[in-house]
Amino acid sequence: MTRLSSFASGARDTVPMLVGAAPFGVIFGTLVAAGPLALWQGQLMSLSVYAGSSQFIAVGLVAGHAGLLVIWLTTLIVNLRHALYAATLLPHVAHLPARWRWTLGFFLTDETFAVMAGYYQRHPRAPLGHWYFLGSCLSMYGNWQLWTLVGLLFGAAFPQLQSLGLDFAMVATFIAIVVPQLASLPHFAAALAAGTIAYLGQGLPYKLGLMAAVTVGVMVGLSLLRWRAGSRERVEEAA
Amino acid sequence: MDDAILTNTIMMNTFMILGMSAVTVFVKAALFILGDRIVFPPLLKQALGFVPVTVLTAIIVPMILSPHGEGLELTWRNPQLVGAAVAVLACVATGGRQLLTIVAALATFFVWQLGVLG
Repeated sequence: MTRLSSFASGARDTVPMLVGAAPFGVIFGTLVAAGPLALWQGQLMSLSVYAGSSQFIAVGLVAGHAGLLVIWLTTLIVNLRHALYAATLLPHVAHLPARWRWTLGFFLTDETFAVMAGYYQRHPRAPLGHWYFLGSCLSMYGNWQLWTLVGLLFGAAFPQLQSLGLDFAMVATFIAIVVPQLASLPHFAAALAAGTIAYLGQGLPYKLGLMAAVTVGVMVGLSLLRWRAGSRERVEEAA
Repeated sequence: MDDAILTNTIMMNTFMILGMSAVTVFVKAALFILGDRIVFPPLLKQALGFVPVTVLTAIIVPMILSPHGEGLELTWRNPQLVGAAVAVLACVATGGRQLLTIVAALATFFVWQLGVLG
């Protein structure tokens, strides 16, 4: 395994995510083209903010004449989940030089997190894991810029793209990552709880339903883990 | 619109975008940067072990069960639901082979959407 082959594997394993993100990039570009922002500002947002759902919400808020503070606070809330991702991946990047951690942090997305969580589960001690990480990051970033541009330039001409359902590529990929983890009872229960809350809370604004689902799911999994550890101790004491 | 007001609006919106960028970079990178100075207690580490499975499930369940965001679509006429069911079966049957699972699910989804439901 060389740096280049590790980088290439990361990019390759992200391909389904690229397909899943593409329509969102196009739709984002289309929204900008139809709204008050200048076209180059739409591209600037993809280049510098690089967080899909907050970009969508910001375009909506600008069109609704929201104030700067409201937009920034909403951005903070909507993107808070990335701090959870960073905390989860931290043990695998903590040893890297600061320039690597800034770079990988900037490029962190839902999709790259999904790819990296699966990768580190399969290869917990890969010495070139950060090159794989970078490969996933840069392919997602290039992809997002490209499809934003396509959306900005031609988006208005393809209003039917959303109904094709290309985002199902993301669903299929997430299932392939989640299902192998469900063999453990606490993880299964955590997923079940999170899925239920996410379904019930999908109408809540600012992705609060998602945050609630993760909170409840983690608490359910944690309780089961602790309860099992406790009952095992009691069995050992009795024996 | 008056030229001065237009320039002002463009500058304000650029400022808004750069502010969003600063907030987002902070949220994403802060833990990576401060990480070696933060020691996580064991309970938090255990909790973080549940983050991937809960986040990913929480993102996809609404996309599968109500793909149009308008109530439960628990029917064979929902291609997301059929494709997701095939994905779960394929993943179990192949012992967790990702690429096979994704290809099987995508093929089912598009055949269902274009062929069966037409």
